[in-house]
Amino acid sequence: MSIEVRDIYKQFGNFVALDNVSLAFSSGQLTALLGPSGCGKTTLLRIIAGLESADRGTVLLEGEDASDIHVRERQVGFVFQHYALFRHLNVFENVAFGLRVKPRKQRPSEANIRKKVRALLELVQLDWLADRLPAQLSGGQRQRIALARALAVEPRVLLLDEPFGALDAKVRKELRRWLRRLHDELHITSIFVTHDQEEALEVSDSVVLMNQGHVEQIGAPQEVYQHPATPFVYGFLGAVNYFHGRIEEGRVRLDDTLLHADAAPEAASLTAGASVTAFVRPHELGIAPEDNANTVGVAARITRILGFGALARIELVGLSADAQHFEVEMSRDQLAAQGLSEGQNVRLTPSRIKVFERECDSVLLAGAGI
Amino acid sequence: MARRYKNVLPGFPLTLGYTLVYLSLVILIPLTAVFIKAADLSPSQFWAVVSAPRVVASYKVSFGLSLAAAAINSVFGLMLAWSLVRYSFPGKKLIDALVDLPFALPTAVAGIALTALYAGNGWLGRFLETPGVKLAALWLRLGGSAETAEYLAGFGVKVAYTPLGILVALIFIGLPFVVRTVQPILEDLDTELEEAAASLGARRWQTFRHVLLPILLPALLTGFALAFARAVGEYGSVIFIAGNIPMVSEITPLMIITKLEQYDYVGATAVAAVMLLLSFVLLLLVNILQAWTSRRIRRGR
Repeated sequence: MSIEVRDIYKQFGNFVALDNVSLAFSSGQLTALLGPSGCGKTTLLRIIAGLESADRGTVLLEGEDASDIHVRERQVGFVFQHYALFRHLNVFENVAFGLRVKPRKQRPSEANIRKKVRALLELVQLDWLADRLPAQLSGGQRQRIALARALAVEPRVLLLDEPFGALDAKVRKELRRWLRRLHDELHITSIFVTHDQEEALEVSDSVVLMNQGHVEQIGAPQEVYQHPATPFVYGFLGAVNYFHGRIEEGRVRLDDTLLHADAAPEAASLTAGASVTAFVRPHELGIAPEDNANTVGVAARITRILGFGALARIELVGLSADAQHFEVEMSRDQLAAQGLSEGQNVRLTPSRIKVFERECDSVLLAGAGI
Repeated sequence: MARRYKNVLPGFPLTLGYTLVYLSLVILIPLTAVFIKAADLSPSQFWAVVSAPRVVASYKVSFGLSLAAAAINSVFGLMLAWSLVRYSFPGKKLIDALVDLPFALPTAVAGIALTALYAGNGWLGRFLETPGVKLAALWLRLGGSAETAEYLAGFGVKVAYTPLGILVALIFIGLPFVVRTVQPILEDLDTELEEAAASLGARRWQTFRHVLLPILLPALLTGFALAFARAVGEYGSVIFIAGNIPMVSEITPLMIITKLEQYDYVGATAVAAVMLLLSFVLLLLVNILQAWTSRRIRRGR
């Protein structure tokens, strides 16, 4: 079923949580609402569910205005970050709850309830836990039960509020894959809220990036990662190095040096002299030895080399007055070949940059946590 | 050498010793004295004293009305706690403070205030006792028949100097117990549980019955037990409003006082012993029920 929200506006006291947000979620897709905390993503999800009401705007479920429909009649499955399982009921009764509270006429027979709950518990692969109480389960198991409980009433849409937020890293990764498989099986229109960009990119069909009550970008995971529309998106989707400078002959000039030798197509479209910020991902930043003849690149000193895993991470500090912090990623082989060591002075040259014109970037950057 | 410090929390012998001495002096010895004194009577004499019709009537009044008051307080105390926890409204702090007033107020003050209020000429009693008379007068003036007027004149509720008045006093003094035991549990209760129930299609009363009540029940029972215990022992506030009519509105503590005033010390202790036993049994039952429900909840915590 399709979900659409139009011009949703919501304010808590003086804080504007959602500022005229309009979005359409296509049927059968798994969409991630991604953003830093306080960006309004959970509020939007709760408004779609009917747990919160918008000050202005409409929620359309399958083209019908659902704004005035109570949560219990909206037929939405909602999964909470902290599970919200009924602790005095065992797993079976938790899943059966939605069926048992149906009006007598719609309520399935006891045998059908049993059959259905069994089937759902098998779907979430926890049928052997039917008699346990929630307290006897692990976090991951609880969240799967919460999902089975939400699915029991055959919701038209599934809404998940930071479903893996309370779990530890390893379980989170497992559950992510599991959720994706489950969605491929059921094809129920689903929206899940997360602040973890890796989770959003890995699980979803499409990602909605939000910041300060606005939608920053919508797109497939691949698309938003490779073509971020705003500095905020660029910064939020991964680690980033940034350089403030001016455009000069299709290149970015910092105070005393050029950032890169060859003209970048990104920068070419901007007028000369424009104030810009260039963004470079850690793996797209190269390290060249310090050389008096070489005036391209940013002078920096290596402060720390972290070499675990396939990639080595190198932390550097700029030699200019503001002592900016940089981060470079390279393979361990390359690290060995270049013979870099801590305390060494080097020059940083990007292999690929993304340039945004600077307007009110301080605000945007603050949101991205840079 | 033996290890001297087995426990990191010191002071166990001292505190336990102090507790036992204190408990003995303040509670156990006086209670035992009741039974020893009562044992001065032979079994048949004892039975004659405690099963006298007037005394039996007072048991019914005391225990029946205490149970009723505790039950009423459980319902309205829960409501009061709910509105104090869940909503914010002007004067909330004041109401929250007022709840404790029955704890602090000398019970005699409460008794006098309630009596003044509910007596036939009191602010409330005036409207409760004789609304029928006014109605009948109006009926006659409108040209109605005398028989109907007579019927109408019979309407009215007499509160002061009846068991109903005792109930009012017992509700008054028992209210804070329920509110104060339920309040912390309600504060801890996650609204997500209710939201989850609603999203699963549960109506409001279903959510209350199947989600909230099972969680609140142990605290509610504790509040009930405390309110009941307080009501059974209440003397000061009841004595003024009860009217103390033999067989109708005499409470058991009054029977004890009456016997004491007649220098019938043994008889007084006999009644006291029965009261002690009855209270103990009832509280034990409530506690067993409470332990059972809280175990059911806590298993799921």
